[in-house]
Amino acid sequence: MNLNQQQSEALKKFAPQIESFSRPALVWVYLLLIPMGLAAYALYRQVVDGHIVTGMRDHVVWGLYIANFIFFIGISYAGAIISGFLHLLKVEWRKPIIRIAELITVIATIIGPVYILLCVGRLDRLHHLVIYGRLQSPITWDVLAITTYLFGGLLFLYLATIKDLAIYRDATELKLSGWRRRIYKALALDYQGSPEQNKSLAISMNLLSIMIIPLAIIVHSVLSWIFGMTLRPGWHSTIFGPYFVLAAIYSGTGVLIITMWIFRKVYNLYDYLLDKHFIYLGYIMMVMAGAYGYFTFSEYLTDWYTSTRWDSEVISKLFDLNQFGGLFLFANVAGIILPIAIVAIPYFRKPGLITIAAAFMVLALWVKRYLIIVPTLESPLFPIQDSRLEYIHYSPTWVEWALTVGGVATFLLLFTLASKFMTIVSVSEFESEKHV
Amino acid sequence: MDQPENVNQGTRRNFLSQLGALGAVAACGSAACSCSSGSNHEQYETGNKVKLLSPDGEMVEIDESHLRHVHKTVGVSREAARQGIPGKKFVMVIDLAKCKNARKCVSACQKMHHLPEDKEWVSIRLMKDSEKGSPYWFPKTCFHCDNPPCAKVCPVDATYKRSDGLVMIDNERCIGCKFCMAACPYSTRVFNWDEPVMSSELAALSYSPETSLPRKIGTVEKCDFCPDMIREGKLPDCVTACPNGVFYFGDENEDVVTNGDETIRFSQIIAERGGYRYAEDLGTKPRVYYLPPRDRIFPVERGLDGKSEELKERYMDILNPDKEEV
Repeated sequence: MNLNQQQSEALKKFAPQIESFSRPALVWVYLLLIPMGLAAYALYRQVVDGHIVTGMRDHVVWGLYIANFIFFIGISYAGAIISGFLHLLKVEWRKPIIRIAELITVIATIIGPVYILLCVGRLDRLHHLVIYGRLQSPITWDVLAITTYLFGGLLFLYLATIKDLAIYRDATELKLSGWRRRIYKALALDYQGSPEQNKSLAISMNLLSIMIIPLAIIVHSVLSWIFGMTLRPGWHSTIFGPYFVLAAIYSGTGVLIITMWIFRKVYNLYDYLLDKHFIYLGYIMMVMAGAYGYFTFSEYLTDWYTSTRWDSEVISKLFDLNQFGGLFLFANVAGIILPIAIVAIPYFRKPGLITIAAAFMVLALWVKRYLIIVPTLESPLFPIQDSRLEYIHYSPTWVEWALTVGGVATFLLLFTLASKFMTIVSVSEFESEKHV
Repeated sequence: MDQPENVNQGTRRNFLSQLGALGAVAACGSAACSCSSGSNHEQYETGNKVKLLSPDGEMVEIDESHLRHVHKTVGVSREAARQGIPGKKFVMVIDLAKCKNARKCVSACQKMHHLPEDKEWVSIRLMKDSEKGSPYWFPKTCFHCDNPPCAKVCPVDATYKRSDGLVMIDNERCIGCKFCMAACPYSTRVFNWDEPVMSSELAALSYSPETSLPRKIGTVEKCDFCPDMIREGKLPDCVTACPNGVFYFGDENEDVVTNGDETIRFSQIIAERGGYRYAEDLGTKPRVYYLPPRDRIFPVERGLDGKSEELKERYMDILNPDKEEV
């Protein structure tokens, strides 16, 4: 394939990244393997000893795992915004960040469901979901939606990468081993840049980006309905679907900003990931923060104002500083007020500060997921009359923490490996910029 | 089934014959209860020998621990357990005025189902309806709802509603996702967080949802109204174990319930005594009715007599509400 000036420059710039592992990169990968190894041991303990090794018990039947599940599926929305909305709106500045966003989507959608598997007591019977599957169960909805979403995300990432794969295949200046070139060759599907090929690629991408928007909305809605369909205070809420979808887009934007900042720094991509990318995504983050804040306010105001006994029990735990009050305060200050303040005030509107705000916000949204799960499960209709402390209050064990940290490490590792396989900024996209 | 009245009498006769055969090894669970003299511990060879009259009329001496296995029926197959007992609609009435937290239902249930001491399918809560109200003991079984939120959400049809009203669990199909536990508003369901401790005999049984044996790690369990006993025309163990006749069990189609001593019309007692279902507003339509704790025959404090500190501690929030404020 013939490359234009910009493309050749970009390829040259990214060559060291995809050609080999630098020493720091190798050290980084080995460092990630430590928490992953610990997580593997924790998983082994859980499989051998049963769920007794977790902090989950008969009242709080779900804990960190399900919070992580919502969290990872949530951040996968990074790709949905970029490839869905921004693609359809033909926003030009999105081009350098498409690859990062799509990778977040695919990797997070691979890791997220692992956490729901960790909640399953009998992994040896997973096939029952297929042979005895009941369409009436929200879990079945989830399985269907997330599987479709993962394939949609993978397909979109792949289609968006085909041109690049052809470039890597043909780039004689890249020092690549034979087997890698063969992989690129196979994956590039004989793309030569002919007008017909470009046309069918463009049509497929448009169709997929149209499909991925409703699909993304469905995924987080059915996820919220796992909770919304139960008779539990704090869960049985009509706004849970949109509330979850919004929080997902919001946290996805945050993770996208953080990832961009890291790659810009580590791979020295200041020419490609510009300040304006941070500022534009910061605007999206701010708008989402406002909308998310509105949903949060609406949700808790209605429960607090009407104050039925059962709802009040959960609310009082969230408002009590001796119980979940501290976390609740953090979730709302760091999760709503901070990002708005940083982006709204021009003096603070800088990549570094926006990234810090995004980092706090992402953490706050993880805490928020925890606060959706645990206080509700600790407040059953019948009073918990039990003297075993671990049955009254949930506290995660080292196994759950190890698997949580392990999940984050796996995310980072897969991201690092992906950035070694393909350029983190799409090289081929520079071509269309010229034509437009 | 064609003559419901007779069937019901059969239930009652069966129950009475159980009492008569108190010493017979093959007879019933209550035999095991009375012989093990109050010890709730689930153990293997205890060393305590018990003299019993065998069905052949011989005196035999066996280890205490063997007693509790024998009454256990062989359960029907998993397929058969999906079919309810034809023509039946089981219902339970719990008379709160008579409960004094004797906890015999709890221990009998644990024996019957080979549960460890800390696992309660039947539990007794201390309830207080309003600030001015006085506390009362509230035995809680599975409500076997007619609109069961648990069975609704099960992704694999492992927990299901039968035509005879029972909500059952197939522990060989259950994947352990715990969604039913989150969906049940009554905290009825418990999970096998680790490998259940069982004798080798129990572990070797072929599984039946009607006996819930052998118990399985990583799956959900709950009160099942002892369907294996019902199938034989006997009453569930909590009903027969209660010294105060708190539990009435029967068939709504026949409109009769019995606590073993007294057989009454179901519709009549609900109408006369103001029977209600717990949290009716949730729309789950429980099959367990409660008779309000009016004219109680025991003061609530009697329920704590002779109980362990651990048990007393459970109810402190209700008994000393001021302490909770601190």
